[in-house]
Amino acid sequence: MTMNREFIINIMIFGLLIAVGIGAHLAGQGFTVTLATKVAILGLAGVGLNLALGYGGLVSFGHAAFFGIGGYAAGVLASHAANGDPLMFGFGGSNQMLVIWPVAMLAAGFAALMIGALSLRTSGVYFIMVTLAFAQMIYYFAISWPRYGGEDGLSFYVRNAFPGMNTLKPIEYFTICASLLGLALVFSGLVTQSRFGLALQSIRQNPQRATAVGIRATPVRLTTFVISAMITALAGALYADLNRFVSPSMFSWHMSGEIMVFVILGGVGRLCGPIAGAAMFILLEHLLGKVSDHWQALLGLMLLGIVLFAPGGLIGLITKGLDALRKEKADV
Amino acid sequence: MSDPILSIRGLKKSFGALTATDDVSLDLYPGEIHALIGPNGAGKSTLIKQIVGEIRPDAGSIAFEGQVIDRLDGAARARRGLARSFQVSSVIPDFTVQQNVMLAVAGAGGHVFRFLRPALSDPGLTGPAQGYIAHAGLTGREQSKASALSHGERRKLEIAMALALRPKVFLLDEPMAGMGLEGAKQLTAILSELRREAPILLVEHDMDAVFALADRITVLVYGRVIATGTVSEIRANPLVRQSYLGEEA
Repeated sequence: MTMNREFIINIMIFGLLIAVGIGAHLAGQGFTVTLATKVAILGLAGVGLNLALGYGGLVSFGHAAFFGIGGYAAGVLASHAANGDPLMFGFGGSNQMLVIWPVAMLAAGFAALMIGALSLRTSGVYFIMVTLAFAQMIYYFAISWPRYGGEDGLSFYVRNAFPGMNTLKPIEYFTICASLLGLALVFSGLVTQSRFGLALQSIRQNPQRATAVGIRATPVRLTTFVISAMITALAGALYADLNRFVSPSMFSWHMSGEIMVFVILGGVGRLCGPIAGAAMFILLEHLLGKVSDHWQALLGLMLLGIVLFAPGGLIGLITKGLDALRKEKADV
Repeated sequence: MSDPILSIRGLKKSFGALTATDDVSLDLYPGEIHALIGPNGAGKSTLIKQIVGEIRPDAGSIAFEGQVIDRLDGAARARRGLARSFQVSSVIPDFTVQQNVMLAVAGAGGHVFRFLRPALSDPGLTGPAQGYIAHAGLTGREQSKASALSHGERRKLEIAMALALRPKVFLLDEPMAGMGLEGAKQLTAILSELRREAPILLVEHDMDAVFALADRITVLVYGRVIATGTVSEIRANPLVRQSYLGEEA
């Protein structure tokens, strides 16, 4: 019953995003299409983090590392393809998204395996700090790497290519990003309902009990951390292509915080929570950003309100709202 | 008597100056209920934790089915068939009864790395889970959240989860704790059934239950075994009467 209701809300939220993208395109509002694309991409980064944070209880404050690795994978491959300078082993880079995405995900997956193997020895505050420390390490590494722009970052002039599509057209790029988001949602939904998902959620709620039924926590958590990083890296690669620019700021702890805000704002452990959270974030940035430079103060207040009074986030509020509505109807 | 299924030899564990387990040896034989009693702070829970691999002993050895298991971690011991219930009911609160038991079925089989198939439509999980739920007397409550169960029902859920491990030994840590009179009676009946599945090492304060259920009793005081024997031997033992049963009266 609750499952059904949440399923309907998920369809509604994803459907709304698609409708906004297509509607804006039909109305000739290219900029709004790009905003919707941004929501899809940042939502995707949040869907990745949500697996670890929401379902696994792993509060990673270093997911910018994976977002940035995805971004730099796109940027570095594209820059080598553009100037014909071989990257390594005679491989000359690529401007094909179908090559860039797997590279981005594998690189981030490998990094997550290393970072996870070390940081999962800790828990609680220490886990937060260790993941943050790793992300900061990569951040400073990127800053001091002049080959790829150092502090200034790396721009590329043409968006990378996808067979049969003109990725520079906002609606076509939106289609690509929204489709990937849809796939990630289906994947994420399946994983959380699977045996693995049961094990993961049981470890979050009661690790001692999970051990007592024969489940080892560390391999399950590490696998989750790696999958989560790979999804966030895919979002990073898409984000690089959206802006046609990557910079060390993708690795910064602000970015980690923002991804976390999407998840918390939308509803921790809710499948479409990160999309709702990212949409709210972009909307506030866009609308209030015009009014005042201090729009983030309002965001802070909202976040505070959500954490204190609605721990289920936006999705939780919508669920409650629908319940109240149904009750009213039943009473009439 | 046949070989013991669980055999503990010379187990020692200290926390600083406190000796929680002092050279404890104990055997559990097939088909028996072996009760472990002793006043608070006698080291009963510490002993259980060492058996399940949650804490490491300083010295001594534990053999399970004739094999030394000292080097196995908790999850591996559980998969071998050491089923534990907890002093304070310990289930997954946000899961339904069915999901809790399915989790135990999946864990016992060692197959948790399956990502895409919904667990609820996996007959390899739901089928056995249904059986264990029925066995523990929880039929009809499958879809209730564990957090919504009564104390007694939660105890039953623990037993269903323990059954799902197809255990070779049950380690039950104060299953009667917090139960009313009626609940304790019901649980006593369930436990005496359970002995047919596997022998039970029972830590319990409720002396009525212990004397009703146990085949043998080991008395632990300050980490030391002061007596082991049948119910009548323990009842008659002057040392036990003085140091433990006397205190209760």
